[in-house]
Amino acid sequence: MARLNLVQAINQALAQEMERDKDVIVIGEDVGKDGGVFRVTQGLLDKFGPERVMDTPLSELGIIGSAVGLAAYGMKPVAEIQFMGFTYAGLEQLFSHAARIRSRSRNRFTCPMVVRTPYGIGIKPPELHSESTEGLFCHMPGLKVVVPSNPYSAKGLLTSAIRDPDPVLFLEASRLYRSIKAEVPEEEYTIPLGKASVYQEGNDITVVSWGTMLHRAAEASEDFDCEIIDLQTLRPYDEEAVVKSVKKTGRLVIVYEAARIGGFGAEIAALVAEEAFEYLKAPVVRVAAPDAVIPMARLEDHYMPSPERIRSAFESVMRY
Amino acid sequence: MPTKTVSSSETKNIQIINEKGEADGTLVSRFTEDDFRRFFETIILARTFNHRALSLQREGRLGTYASIWGQEASQIGTALAFGEEDWLFPSFRESGVYIARGYPIWMLYRYWAGDERGMQAPPGFNLFPMSVPVGTQVPHATGAAWAMKLKGHRNAAAVYFGDGGSSKGDFHEGLNFAGVFKVPAIFICQNNQWAISVPRSRQTAAKTIAERAFGYGFEGVQVDGNDITAVYKVTKDAIEKARAGGGPTLIECFTYRLDDHTTADDSSRYRSDDEVEYWKEREPLKRLRTYMEGKGWWTKEYEDDLTKKAEERIDSEIRKAEAFEAPDPADIIKYTYGSLTPRQARELKELKWRG
Repeated sequence: MARLNLVQAINQALAQEMERDKDVIVIGEDVGKDGGVFRVTQGLLDKFGPERVMDTPLSELGIIGSAVGLAAYGMKPVAEIQFMGFTYAGLEQLFSHAARIRSRSRNRFTCPMVVRTPYGIGIKPPELHSESTEGLFCHMPGLKVVVPSNPYSAKGLLTSAIRDPDPVLFLEASRLYRSIKAEVPEEEYTIPLGKASVYQEGNDITVVSWGTMLHRAAEASEDFDCEIIDLQTLRPYDEEAVVKSVKKTGRLVIVYEAARIGGFGAEIAALVAEEAFEYLKAPVVRVAAPDAVIPMARLEDHYMPSPERIRSAFESVMRY
Repeated sequence: MPTKTVSSSETKNIQIINEKGEADGTLVSRFTEDDFRRFFETIILARTFNHRALSLQREGRLGTYASIWGQEASQIGTALAFGEEDWLFPSFRESGVYIARGYPIWMLYRYWAGDERGMQAPPGFNLFPMSVPVGTQVPHATGAAWAMKLKGHRNAAAVYFGDGGSSKGDFHEGLNFAGVFKVPAIFICQNNQWAISVPRSRQTAAKTIAERAFGYGFEGVQVDGNDITAVYKVTKDAIEKARAGGGPTLIECFTYRLDDHTTADDSSRYRSDDEVEYWKEREPLKRLRTYMEGKGWWTKEYEDDLTKKAEERIDSEIRKAEAFEAPDPADIIKYTYGSLTPRQARELKELKWRG
């Protein structure tokens, strides 16, 4: 089995879905000849031609807004937005239209589209290129939010996202694009949206994480008996898997790189407070970024939760 | 320094029947008596729908409603030009578009009474739910038209928005994409001179909305929006061009909103009675009546009979709308995704709405 990095795995999923369904098209800035700023769409233009892989004007609202019309008419657009911070220009299109056209038209019109975008800290880019605001999108009914943590899951999740009948925001950890490899089957496969994956079984602490931070949490867990849950899909998320694990371990640490207040970790903490309170042996701990704007490159290592901070959270719940 | 003109443009205004009911002989000859009757009857029906909606709102039987009075020619003249295979993306002030396309009128009343089912277009009606955030529907028509082109279909997508909507970024990005990809999209601006209380002059320093198309590399045309024949003609021309692969067109219907912005507005706060009176003289039905009377196609009895029939039809549509079964509270959740999430399935079970 081939060992692929995240970029290659996503590229393979795109190519296979385009092969399988002629309505799947790729649109975005620099996705054609240039193959995308991270080269995720490399080779697709040559393979599928200029009517399937289309460079658009530099226009995020236009990309997401026209994808709504494309999808409603029967295409399956996979739109690339170069960085998560640039999706903000298209938020109204995502929130007020893509996410609710099914409901507003009572199923008459739907919006099967995928918006792919890199997120998170770790490649020392300019400002607004390291956003991790998944919580914003997770608050919007009608959208789905997917964050793969490795090449294997990225391929299966993207395949599911493209085949999904509803709009999906697909967040790709820029830090992981080329830093990890995994065995990825050549043939197509799907990983269902809304299901978590148990990255590592354990008995003392349930660790819930996604994307880049999953690896950091795993690295920090060496001296502890942690059950690490890779959430994979944040909306709708696998509540059952989280609750089940906490009932077993009695402890919960949520590890993510977004600003703490109102972040997605709060949702998980609240769920456990509601549904597994009597099983808890220690308070729930969120290891998140400070409630502050993401700094530029020089300070980003201090912003992102470090393995030391995660370890000390594990110690605190064990000591309690 | 030597200079040369590298680009120039001119914008035309098209009118076939003027406010006095006088017609351009050549252009008007394209329309038959039946065409005129269809225009007249559809305007009467839409106007009846509209004034009844305003009464129902006052009686608390509808929610906030946006009147179309004064803009019927722009809405109906454009809408009648399209075929079933075309896709339309109206804004919230486009009841006339839905009515002209034959959309079930009782469903419009359901929508304005606060029921999403009113926008569940029946099969065969390619009308998107009316868009509420101003101008944001513009790129949807671009996208649908783009899909038509990619699929090799020979139809068109049209979007309606106002002079206010033309100031939005969505207008720019939607028209720009349409020009670049040369898609069969038709952008229909209902320039009714007012965005609530803000006049057209505050939306753009350009002389016309139509000329803004030139910046996107395609044709823009201004039409007398109160002349239904001219509106119909420019729309037909734009549709033919789109179907032939000629790309998008921006149509500016120069019209006037005779009523308040919505039932929640009081337009006397920001515009004069004189101005409204000036436009009442130019409203769409008046000139049509004069022209048709000259041709012997209009009599008072004809209009009275039409109006009576329209009132009866609207009565029955309102009865149907109000007799329609109440929406199921489960609908709140059911249409969020293609299938229920486990959480939603629990919410459906746990919440005893009907208890």
